[in-house]
Amino acid sequence: MPEGQFKEGIAGGRLAADQYADNFSDLHPPLDHHEALVESDRCYFCYDAPCMNACPTSIDIPLFIRQISTGNPIGSAKTIFDQNILGGMCARVCPTETLCEEVCVREVAEGKPVQIGRLQRYATDVAMSENKQFYQRATATGKTVAVVGAGPAGLAAAHRLARHGHDVTILEARPKAGGLNEYGIAAYKSVDNFAQAEVDYVTAIGGIDIQNGKALGRDYQLSDLIRNYDAVFLGMGLGGVNALRADGEDADGVTNAVEFIAELRQASDLASLPVGRRVVVIGGGMTAIDAAVQSKLLGAEEVTICYRRGHEQMNASGFEQDLAAANGVTIRHWLQPKRVIAEGGKVSAIELEYTAMDGDRLAGTGERLTLVADQVFKAIGQSFVPAALNGSGAEIELEAGRIKVDAEGRTSLAKVWAGGDCIFGGDDLTVSAVAQGRDAAESIHRSLAQG
Amino acid sequence: MADIRNNFVGIKSPNPFWLASAPPTDKAYNVIRAFKAGWGGVVWKTLGEEGPPVVNVNGPRYGAIWGADRRLLGLNNIELITDRDLQVNLREIKQVKKDWPDRAIVVSLMVPCVEESWKAILPVVEETEADGIELNFGCPHGMSERGMGAAVGQVPEYIEMVVRWCKANTRMPVITKLTPNITDVRKPARAALAGGTDAVSLINTINSITGVDLDSFAPQPTIDGKGSHGGYCGPAVKPIAMNMVAEIARDPETHGLPISGIGGITTWRDAAEFMALGAGNVQVCTAAMTYGFKIVQEMIAGLENWMDEKGHASLDDIVGRATPNVTDWQYLNLNYVAKARIDQDACIKCGRCHIACEDTSHQAITSMVDGKRHFEVIEAECVGCNLCVNVCPVENCITMEPLAAGAMDQRTGKPVSPIYANWTTHPNNPMAKVAAE
Repeated sequence: MPEGQFKEGIAGGRLAADQYADNFSDLHPPLDHHEALVESDRCYFCYDAPCMNACPTSIDIPLFIRQISTGNPIGSAKTIFDQNILGGMCARVCPTETLCEEVCVREVAEGKPVQIGRLQRYATDVAMSENKQFYQRATATGKTVAVVGAGPAGLAAAHRLARHGHDVTILEARPKAGGLNEYGIAAYKSVDNFAQAEVDYVTAIGGIDIQNGKALGRDYQLSDLIRNYDAVFLGMGLGGVNALRADGEDADGVTNAVEFIAELRQASDLASLPVGRRVVVIGGGMTAIDAAVQSKLLGAEEVTICYRRGHEQMNASGFEQDLAAANGVTIRHWLQPKRVIAEGGKVSAIELEYTAMDGDRLAGTGERLTLVADQVFKAIGQSFVPAALNGSGAEIELEAGRIKVDAEGRTSLAKVWAGGDCIFGGDDLTVSAVAQGRDAAESIHRSLAQG
Repeated sequence: MADIRNNFVGIKSPNPFWLASAPPTDKAYNVIRAFKAGWGGVVWKTLGEEGPPVVNVNGPRYGAIWGADRRLLGLNNIELITDRDLQVNLREIKQVKKDWPDRAIVVSLMVPCVEESWKAILPVVEETEADGIELNFGCPHGMSERGMGAAVGQVPEYIEMVVRWCKANTRMPVITKLTPNITDVRKPARAALAGGTDAVSLINTINSITGVDLDSFAPQPTIDGKGSHGGYCGPAVKPIAMNMVAEIARDPETHGLPISGIGGITTWRDAAEFMALGAGNVQVCTAAMTYGFKIVQEMIAGLENWMDEKGHASLDDIVGRATPNVTDWQYLNLNYVAKARIDQDACIKCGRCHIACEDTSHQAITSMVDGKRHFEVIEAECVGCNLCVNVCPVENCITMEPLAAGAMDQRTGKPVSPIYANWTTHPNNPMAKVAAE
């Protein structure tokens, strides 16, 4: 029987023990001091800078880069944190190639943008390594706010509320705070337990009490929060995973990609984490890429992403697609899953159908393809699970399956705000969740100040 | 192939690139390495009079300022003249000159301001068969406190006196090196000429403090917590030096006086610019101290290539060609009108031209047109100042376009006059010379 990488089925220990640390090291190693100075000098300090306008949190990018170039990384970090208290994580996970760096005038001029993300990481790393805290709480207001979910939106909201002197209780269903930063991001994007370090940094301001293992709808109801707190912020993200709608998808070896990513992030020993020899990932977003690349890094021999539309429609950025290709992942387009084939209850292959555009509609062509697989990851999107909101009391208004909010983050219920992936109209980015949490907190503060 | 052989006041060298009197020319070892690398000549680091040698500080002698990636832009030093024994220097000069007869060796000198001292040093230098002497009237630190160097160079009467002593006591050509730490460089140049100098060389270094340590509050370079002004050189001083060269070259009293150009010369282009302004050859120091002697290869090849491309056969074809175009402000043509133009295909939309013009100048560049980010010159406001060109990060994206005679200047509402007219005849000038009726 073959061992290691070529072991059949889903198994751990595919690689030599020391290979795992290499494979899961920092994707973008930090800039050292001199590199940061040289890179910061490339910034033109544009007027009304396009990068700043492209940032969902509107960080004053030219100013923070200029502060790095003048030897003031601490001041630079404050410029970043003023707009985005999770600037450290955003520096690591933002798809900068489709945000600030895409519109950098040097990208336009020479196809080589200023490395804004890495500079942001440089400045925030300096401040966080010195545990430099920039904000003090205002005089206590005596008001209390409940925040549901300790992800990017909830943490950003909590920090801003605590700054304004309110007392914040975060109720988090999972054992750790951080949300997708802790559970949903590829390990090589957030090494050295950065997500927890950031939670500690953010909550160091005081006035934020995180209670783990508290799930809305199971341990308490929304109506309880409305009754017991002066305001409520909902930032619980997306709890559901979309089904493949393929026959036989309940076979052993068909897994949600988000669960695989979470398990990997929490694993104390990557060598013991099982992965298939031949892995098929269904989907075309960041989650599909994260699951596919990490499968490969765990030692899977063959990893194929199947996406039902073309290259241009993929949600994963060009950079992410290149990253997958560079790691030996094959990306196939115009294929949708039809049937999971199992032997003895375990996945042995997946049957797919070719697709094509029929006018504006995507349709199967009838032609089929079977890929041998011992593991199939579902990465075709997550969905909001509204059931937890409806334990008792008035129902919150939804739009297209997610919570409907106004420009300030107010929901249809008085005293209740929402932000992050659970609201309608977002773009499922960490940085957008931070902006929504921050802005909802300002709206809550204005509302509480009025009495 | 262009001929770049140089004849400077009778001193011949295979190219016009000399190393200036400075650390790179302090001893035979360095000078031989320089000649092997291709340098046309050297000015041997300044010799003092016989006696106990000069002493230097034992801490930092240099300070610097840098651009990004630590590109050295300006260098400052507090080193004194040679601290080696006079006889050792003389022996080495003689031997090197013997071994490298085709290269120029000029000896820099600085002795006390009394005729006996000069009478004593000149014959022993002459005996080395060096090609000439350069009088160090520029060293701005240390030696000047002892009444030498810049202390002489700042008093035209002393310059004239010492030059006269030298001319009277040696057959060697005399080059007088001038300090820039004065108000009007023409005065010391005229004095040197009056004393009979064969040439001047300039500039020596500029008084400077390169930085302050903000922890110890000590100027840099710092010697045990204290600092002293040093002499500034390198790329940063080139524009100052070029102006001084041009001032002497175009001064009617000193016009035609040979000039050896010094000050921040780093590339063949820098050298060509100095020579166009009137320098017969150039001296280099900081660039060699930054990159080593090999840079002369780029200088030689670059100068030859440019001369070939432009059809200049020899150095005589380029020396002084720009001098007649250096004039006083009052003679600039006030009827010449230029407007900035932005090449929209080259524009990367950084907006620096806009904010520079909007905040600090003439509000003559848009930032938004029809709701779109768009940078365009508003001709009715543009005074043609060139600031936008200078701050634009893209070469040739913004250009200054002269308006043809007869074209409408939208700023003044008047057509551009074809007639040259300057301030001396301008109606707003109370001192205007009225044309004869």
